[in-house]
Amino acid sequence: MPLSTADWAAISLSLQLATVTTCILLLLGTPLAWWLARTGSWLKGPVAAIVALPLVLPPTVLGFYLLMAMSPTGPVGHLTESLGLGTLPFTFWGLVVGSVCYSLPFVVQPLQNAFAAIGQRPLEMAATLRAGAWDRFFYIVLPMALPGFISASVLGFAHTLGEFGVVLMIGGNIPGETRVVSVQIYDHVEALDYAQAHWLAGGMIVFSFLILLLLYLTSDKAAAGSLQLRS
Amino acid sequence: MSKAPDHNQLIEAKFSVKLSDPLRSAGAPRFELVIDEQLATRGVTAVFGPSGCGKTTLLRALAGLQPIHSGVLRVNGVAWHDQAGSLQAHQRPVGFVFQEASLFEHLSVAGNLEFASKRAPERLGPEQIEEITEFLEIDQLLPQKPAQLSGGERQRVAIARALLVSPELLLMDEPLAALDQTRKREILPFLDRLKSELDLPIVYVTHALDEVTRLADDLLIMEKGRVGASGPVDEVLTRLDVPRMLGEEAGAVVEGTVTERDSQWQLLRVDFNGGHLWLRDSGEAIGQCTRIRILARDVSLSLADEQASSILNRLPATVIGMADDTDRAMLLIRLAVGDAMLLARISKKSAFQLRLCQNQQLWVQIKSVAVLH
Repeated sequence: MPLSTADWAAISLSLQLATVTTCILLLLGTPLAWWLARTGSWLKGPVAAIVALPLVLPPTVLGFYLLMAMSPTGPVGHLTESLGLGTLPFTFWGLVVGSVCYSLPFVVQPLQNAFAAIGQRPLEMAATLRAGAWDRFFYIVLPMALPGFISASVLGFAHTLGEFGVVLMIGGNIPGETRVVSVQIYDHVEALDYAQAHWLAGGMIVFSFLILLLLYLTSDKAAAGSLQLRS
Repeated sequence: MSKAPDHNQLIEAKFSVKLSDPLRSAGAPRFELVIDEQLATRGVTAVFGPSGCGKTTLLRALAGLQPIHSGVLRVNGVAWHDQAGSLQAHQRPVGFVFQEASLFEHLSVAGNLEFASKRAPERLGPEQIEEITEFLEIDQLLPQKPAQLSGGERQRVAIARALLVSPELLLMDEPLAALDQTRKREILPFLDRLKSELDLPIVYVTHALDEVTRLADDLLIMEKGRVGASGPVDEVLTRLDVPRMLGEEAGAVVEGTVTERDSQWQLLRVDFNGGHLWLRDSGEAIGQCTRIRILARDVSLSLADEQASSILNRLPATVIGMADDTDRAMLLIRLAVGDAMLLARISKKSAFQLRLCQNQQLWVQIKSVAVLH
């Protein structure tokens, strides 16, 4: 068996983290992307820039400020402690918060492009056919933006799997709690255990390749187009 | 053609709409529409004008797609917009047909129709749905995707979809403008039938005068965000201030009935409220109602009934008004022929030689007429 129990634990943790993060990002990213795609507000530019920040910042910068914010003296830490949740750094949920921030643009941008591509007309048409706002969202926007949702999910998931810097800054390296695959690989390398590192690293390459391949093969040009945007 | 509207069959529109430049939210609006009209919710009301006159904005405001800035909109006695609030687009009992068919591309034709029929206030039964798909002859297209359809087919599906939501008012925004001549001819008979067979008031926006003269009962002419003239189409088209907006196309529309066929000379007699006309036989059946357009430039005047003339259609008329034409050499003359109104466009020199004056009795000679349908 090339993978140890610890490796499997890291894989399982990575998958959990990516799944939870992707779900949260779809919930948060959808209204945010909708607003960005529709608004005429002057706030659009600044908000879009903030959303895109993780694309250019070193993960250590993001991780550092998240750590500050979530520490007992930081604003987020203050809030979580007063809610009786304790502090988030060095916990699984701390990683979730970090991953949500880190992978936000990878979910928001494909969604925003998909929403913008729908245009105003189908929504106006649906309104004159007696469809209210939620009705329009579920029966017009969701199906028409489906390729955008698929690429947003795949990118959010894959990007969360691949994060390292933010995890190390705010999660450390606690087995079963915050030790994800990327950290596990780092540990193997530090221990000069290259064979184990190969198994995990190679597995990551194959897995990432496969889900991107699946995305390109199954979704239409619109989804593939939004993939070309970044990273 | 139209009588005075019944009080509960009215669109009472007294409102303004402001379109502002999205880049400059402050400051003067880019365009302002001000309307104070009562339109009959019966038959076809055409809203006619050049592009940019606000006719589409008016239609969108009626549908709730364009917010009303201030004022009141009441339809058949129900407030759609007033100080108390505004019905949202999906709460208004309208059907809307855009210039482009705007079908939902992710749904089949059947899916598009179902989208509407499911949301109709009272769900239609399968027979009623079938009736509408047969009416527009799209029953063969149901399994197809919109992308597979021709422009004319798409527009027919769009009309069917608008009807399936059981509207009280059908709003059509230049439904033929995106189609070529062949497709237009394909759709027009459906519009004729829509008008004659369904008891559904239609507000029809267009910049094509031939569609107005063919379909409209009432006409609202718009210019630069204001209403230039409104009323029954026969009356508005023969108003002396209106033809200036229409230029070379100025002319009257009369409605008549085919009463006789002269097979020796291939002619048809059409009786209208000003007498009768002989037209070239284009195959209409006896008893059929028909609309005829008589352009002002095809009407000439003479003081006596010129028997020795090649012109077949000569009718006694009374001058009831005169006005300058856009062309400085020409005059527009409004004439009563029986109960109908006609317009003639003649040179000022001829008017001087004939000593034309108000209430003068004379003869009109109609060089040619166009049968509209």
